[in-house]
Amino acid sequence: MAGKKQSRELRSDLITYGIVIAAFVLVQLGVSAGFIGSALQGQLIPICAYVVMAVSLNLVVGLSGELSLGHAGFMSVGAFTGVVAATALQPLVGSDALTLVLAMLVGAVFAAIAGVIVGVPVMRLRGDYLAIVTLAFGEIIKNLLNNLYVGIDAAGLHLSFTGEAALGMDGGETIIKGPQGAVGIPRLSTFLIGFLLVLFALFVVLNLKRSRSGRAIMAVRDNRIAAESVGINTTKYRLMAFVVAAALAGMAGALYAMNFSSIAPRKFDFNTSILILVFVVLGGMGNIRGSVIAATLLTILPEALRSISDYRMLLYAIVLILVMLVTNNPTLRALWLRVKGRLSRRPPTARAASTVQEGGDDDER
Amino acid sequence: MSARFHLPSFKGEPTKMVDMPSDAIIPERDLGKVPVLECRHLGIDFGGLSAVDDFNVAIGRTEIAGLIGPNGAGKTTVFNLLTNVYQPTRGTILLDGKDTAGMSPDQVNRAGIARTFQNIRLFDTLTVEENVMIGLHNEVREGMWSSMLRLPTHFSAERRFHERALELLDFFGMADFADMPAGSLPYGAQRRLEIVRALATNPKLLLLDEPAAGMNPAETAELTENIHRIREEFEIAVLLIEHDMSLVMEICEGIAVLNYGRIIAKGTPEEIQSNPEVIEAYLGKQEGDE
Amino acid sequence: MGFLANLVNGVSLGSVYAIIALGYTMVYGIAKMLNFAHGDVIMVGGYLCYCTLVYLGLSPIIGLVVCVAGCTVLGVVVERLAYKPLRDAPSLDVLITAIGVSYFLQNAALLIWGSDPKSFPQMVDFGSLRLFGGQLIISSTAIVTVLANIVIMVGLTLFINKTKMGKAMRACSEDRGAAQLMGINVNSTISLTFAIGSGLAAIAGVLLCSSYPTLMPTTGAMPGIKAFTAAVVGGIGSIPGALLGGLMLGVVEIFAKAYIGTQFSDAIVFAVLIVVLLVRPTGLLGKPMTEKV
Repeated sequence: MAGKKQSRELRSDLITYGIVIAAFVLVQLGVSAGFIGSALQGQLIPICAYVVMAVSLNLVVGLSGELSLGHAGFMSVGAFTGVVAATALQPLVGSDALTLVLAMLVGAVFAAIAGVIVGVPVMRLRGDYLAIVTLAFGEIIKNLLNNLYVGIDAAGLHLSFTGEAALGMDGGETIIKGPQGAVGIPRLSTFLIGFLLVLFALFVVLNLKRSRSGRAIMAVRDNRIAAESVGINTTKYRLMAFVVAAALAGMAGALYAMNFSSIAPRKFDFNTSILILVFVVLGGMGNIRGSVIAATLLTILPEALRSISDYRMLLYAIVLILVMLVTNNPTLRALWLRVKGRLSRRPPTARAASTVQEGGDDDER
Repeated sequence: MSARFHLPSFKGEPTKMVDMPSDAIIPERDLGKVPVLECRHLGIDFGGLSAVDDFNVAIGRTEIAGLIGPNGAGKTTVFNLLTNVYQPTRGTILLDGKDTAGMSPDQVNRAGIARTFQNIRLFDTLTVEENVMIGLHNEVREGMWSSMLRLPTHFSAERRFHERALELLDFFGMADFADMPAGSLPYGAQRRLEIVRALATNPKLLLLDEPAAGMNPAETAELTENIHRIREEFEIAVLLIEHDMSLVMEICEGIAVLNYGRIIAKGTPEEIQSNPEVIEAYLGKQEGDE
Repeated sequence: MGFLANLVNGVSLGSVYAIIALGYTMVYGIAKMLNFAHGDVIMVGGYLCYCTLVYLGLSPIIGLVVCVAGCTVLGVVVERLAYKPLRDAPSLDVLITAIGVSYFLQNAALLIWGSDPKSFPQMVDFGSLRLFGGQLIISSTAIVTVLANIVIMVGLTLFINKTKMGKAMRACSEDRGAAQLMGINVNSTISLTFAIGSGLAAIAGVLLCSSYPTLMPTTGAMPGIKAFTAAVVGGIGSIPGALLGGLMLGVVEIFAKAYIGTQFSDAIVFAVLIVVLLVRPTGLLGKPMTEKV
């Protein structure tokens, strides 16, 4: 029953899943055949985490059209709550994989809660204000985590914002030590689980995009006033995109943290948020497959091209600017819309392609 | 289609309501039913200046009504008031007898008012069909979890979206455009798509803001026919702002003329055409007074 | 006396924020964009002044002139190359570009000057002001900072209200299209705005580095964000708002450091931003915005 467009979308989604699965299989083969060096092997789990980060940020930036500059903040919430959960649960659960999955779920829940706390006030704002407030929230989260001390002993979890001594622990171990971050992390993350998380994130975001809720999110992005006029609760759908993205970032954070034995809060600072934004912009805003590819390549490339590593960030900055300048060039844009129109269907009338409406309203996006 | 109530208008009214002016005109077939829309002493000030003042109008359940007036008279402001994009400074709006005060624009739509915009506002990057599907947002329900996890309800909901969207597009001869990005449509088709999208929300009252602007005579004729068909098929009321007087005089049953934010005349097309105040507002004061 | 000393420090820091906030507020008012890179212009100004003083051994006055001139040129060039082609682009894209510029400046500085902090030389020293029998000491830097702030505020207000170019700027901020129709050259007005904003950022950079004499490629980032916060708190587009917001944030920051703890001061400053935006989305002195439908 589904229309031509639906089947085309399905095909496009299957290609995306296919690319990810093929990459996973190739890497596994490469590892067993000894083609992949230890440096790249060490990057596999971070790549998975960054791909999930990019895909989830694309839900906010690409589909919802809001610039969030605090995405790494949600990653850190997931990372630290995940580590605490894993440390507490590991003796009870036994299985490493199950512990990791549970820890990722805990990370997702806490990041989602943080997303709601941040999102509810932020959604009253628009555009540049929203960007700056998400940035502020990211800094606040980092600031709080920098002063967070968590320990566990026979009596359960202890929490303090002043120092290790204030935990009042009876033996046991300290899991999070303020600016030092989490220490003695159980290294549970595996490439397989990272790969499954990528598939899960793609499943959630792509399905959301092709649904009633996803269309509502994109409608708000394209024209908020028109979306309201057809009965869409714009705040609800902007918040939905924001919170789902935060939850996925939380899972990515838990996966990322448990790849290392210790991790500090400053790892998830503003620069990390920008790095993920670069993945999204380079992969194409709203283009989920593009995010996957850009995040993977831009994580591998600097390792491969060590000689230019000093210029890497400079290069990222130039890429960010150039992509924006090129995509906003009116000539190129009109051309693109026309090509897109041609590809999707031969226009029933010859004049169809001749009038390209330019948006031009200042109040949108 | 929504149920029709036959209540006298004084029952179940909110307390803040003020008396309805007696000069309301409603087509005979709609008499005895609650008007779909009533505005009572509606007004809004911008920075101390009143942009619309003492706006009193009643629209019958299946009426085609017109709102005309010179540029800057406040016509679009009235639409923004009716859809709660602006909060009125004074007065009451009753939609189907219910006060819409305090509702957000999306709630007003769900309550039964849909609109188009003077400067077309489509979801440009989405396809024509998706634009209509977004209009159907509250007609076909499906939760976030069902769509994210691809539950069976997702597929049945998507099928209903698709079928209903094509049905509506077909009604306006636009089914062929379904897969095109809305932003790449020709101008006339974009205006038509806005109407389809508004109708998709299953309104009781459709507000059209200059639907014929920029259209050639053939397109205007088609629009005229479409507005009639909307009234016949959907059994709803239409209120339109338009500068094309021949269109207004041809299809509107009741017309209100706005000048400097106030209604200067109300009546049938014949009454309006012969009203000296209206002629003066449009042509300026004539020296000789023919 | 601790309270008064903190207040003096707060007003001094707030004056620096206010001067930076002016750049944000003017650019936002006229070009309708958040110039995220504004904070990094401060850092460039600091380095230019540092080089003139330390490498070339010239006097502080020349250092100031060099850095103001350099930053003015930088601001105009950045506007021409990166922002002007995006005049009609969605604000999301403009903001991403500005972030790109910010990142570019930071990393270019990192390549040129390295990551190790430079110790900024003392610019002015005519002794400090001792009050209450030496219980309250006000440094010459603090005095110069506050005086500079007053001079700039008065000067800019006069410029905006009394000169022809100032009028053109106000016209552009009200309605760019209408201003163009009235024969105002919008492009050169926007360039002028960037020039003034960047020149002020250079002065702010010198003042900031005089009070907090460690200079790094990231020196401008945090003060930049806080000054933007100040501009938003005061009401974006409003010059008195920038002053009010800047002073308020500077005082809040110093008091938070003194009485609550250094580690939470940033969180508290940003919490002020969030509270103000929620209570008054257009800031304390900002005009309410109406959307055109």
